[in-house]
Amino acid sequence: MRFRALSALAIVTIAACGGGDAKSGDSTVASSATSSSSVDLNGAGATFPYPLYSKWFSDYATNLSIKINYQSIGSGGGIKQLSEQTVDFGASDGPMTDEELSGAKGGTVLHFPTVLGADVVTYNLPEVTVPLRLTGAVVAEIFLGKITKWNDPRLAAENPGVALPEKDILVVHRSDGSGTTYIFTDYLSAVSPAWAAGPGKGKSVQWPVGLGGKGNEGVAGTVKQTPGTIGYVELAYANQNKLPAAHIKNASGAYIAPTIETITAAADGSAAQMGPESDYRVSIVNAPGANAYPISSFTWLLVYQRQGDAVKGQKLVDFMRWMYGDGQSSASALDYAPLPAALATQLTARLATIQVGATP
Amino acid sequence: MSQPTHGAVVEPAAPGGRSTTAQADDAIAGSSRGDGVYRFLTTAAAWAIPLLLGLITLEVVLAAWPAFETFGLSFLTSSEWDEVRGVFGAAPMIYGTVVSSVLALVLATPLALGVAIFLSEFAPSWLRTPVAFLVDLLAAIPSVVYGLWGIFVLLPFLRETVMPFLAGTLGLGNTPFFSGPAYGPSMLAAAVILAIMILPYISAVSREVLMAVPRSQREAAMALGATKWEMIRDAVIPYARSGIVGGVILGLGRALGETMAVTMLIGNRHEISSSLFAPGYTLASVIANEFAEATGALHTSALMACGAVLLGVTLLVNAIARWLVWQVAREGR
Repeated sequence: MRFRALSALAIVTIAACGGGDAKSGDSTVASSATSSSSVDLNGAGATFPYPLYSKWFSDYATNLSIKINYQSIGSGGGIKQLSEQTVDFGASDGPMTDEELSGAKGGTVLHFPTVLGADVVTYNLPEVTVPLRLTGAVVAEIFLGKITKWNDPRLAAENPGVALPEKDILVVHRSDGSGTTYIFTDYLSAVSPAWAAGPGKGKSVQWPVGLGGKGNEGVAGTVKQTPGTIGYVELAYANQNKLPAAHIKNASGAYIAPTIETITAAADGSAAQMGPESDYRVSIVNAPGANAYPISSFTWLLVYQRQGDAVKGQKLVDFMRWMYGDGQSSASALDYAPLPAALATQLTARLATIQVGATP
Repeated sequence: MSQPTHGAVVEPAAPGGRSTTAQADDAIAGSSRGDGVYRFLTTAAAWAIPLLLGLITLEVVLAAWPAFETFGLSFLTSSEWDEVRGVFGAAPMIYGTVVSSVLALVLATPLALGVAIFLSEFAPSWLRTPVAFLVDLLAAIPSVVYGLWGIFVLLPFLRETVMPFLAGTLGLGNTPFFSGPAYGPSMLAAAVILAIMILPYISAVSREVLMAVPRSQREAAMALGATKWEMIRDAVIPYARSGIVGGVILGLGRALGETMAVTMLIGNRHEISSSLFAPGYTLASVIANEFAEATGALHTSALMACGAVLLGVTLLVNAIARWLVWQVAREGR
């Protein structure tokens, strides 16, 4: 009996001390390491475009027997690994900062937009059967905690003829750092000076009000179950789970539903604006254009301008050329918006700026 | 334990057992070369654990140092956690970690003890094995499954039944502990899920310890005219006390470090609220939530600092628990 008690206490010490750090692994590191001998290219980064990227890599591998291993460890991890040169390319939902760019060990990093994603503002109001209409200012006021009732006059003004209930609004946001939050707060900062001066934009911010849900499923789960809630999830998740989506007033004054077409439209104007000298680290939230959905964003592949390994570099460039051609057509089936054709052409031409195996 | 009769039942067994085994150990040790090798291997294994722990602690503290250096004590007292402005304070997480774990312990311990006592003392043997197996099985469920179950079953149940009952029917809504709107994700939800998760640990250890109480102990109590309940209370439980407490501390360690299920149910809000209906945060949750996307050096360091604080909190809470046990055990004698 004494022996048992002692061994129990020994377990306690181990369990108690190991408890903190052992756990972080099971949620964050989705290790997808395969045997590296058969892999031609290694990449790491954003989780948001992962379903599409994995389809691209598998399609491309089937056609050309080139294996690309991609670890969806998050944009932050992708940037870190690219900077340390442990992967051949990175992927991120938010552009790298100047500081991060200067910290990259392999020289100049180029941003290549791949597809477009968008955030959907979803809500739970059983009484309201038509899609809710919102402006950026109203969304910001709700997430700042300034508008607290669903029948607030500012909401009613956007939704004439809709009987809004006199319920408290409960805000639900992401608790984990994510590109989805980056897009959303980038948009709120663009349309609301109060938001820009307050929480600001980032992958996780200090939310003035609301509950934090982990992942899209955490936010959507809370919104689905709790009447009176409002939250944001990425488009693919909202579509696949049939969540209601608010129509958002864009810069030209139209209320736009989030669809593949309206999201692509948000990038339409940007191709013309960005000349060959652009670094493509651009935000397209609140984009001009009659049909542009305002909470849209690029997601990027990050590659070094100078590819030291000529074989790998050529494979990467070949893949990206395919991605801007055939690859774009498979995007919409997975609820990602393809790039506007003009932009895809422009980016294909930009692939020539990657120096493959060039000596300095 | 004030009556001399009961003291007589307990006393001789405990100290006597120790000294005989210790003498036996001494007699066996050092008798041959094989024993020497064996002794060396086990000693090395025993030292490996403190060494590993020391290295982990060192690594975590080193990585956390920039955050401690920048924020000093305010890292422990501030509720500000703002990645955009690079200001980090972990007070809500420390509070949430301790409160959710202690509350879970309060909920789980009586239940687990009840299960253990029933299984070891009352259950017929055909029932004992399957029930014990089912309780142990609770420990095998992955925590993410607990989290999902929590989102889809526990939260609606708490929101629609338990919270209105506590606040309304019992009239506790006016107290600071059960006030405010009942959304579901909350400190209460986290504590309940933790209680369910640590229950099998406490119950399994307690059951084993209770079953290990010698038959003579029970028979002696019975012979003195004790009823079954008196026998359990005065002869069995005191004998098993330190083992039961070991089980409780094991549960506490598990609760302090649990991440996934808590993250999914606690609401993840950087705020200290006295109400159990309000959302909170824990140290383990913030690491799980933010580490993957943390790019800034200070942000990463602040998350490592949370890990270091969690390590400290765990050691501190365990030390306090151990001290309490010691006090209780001494009183009992």
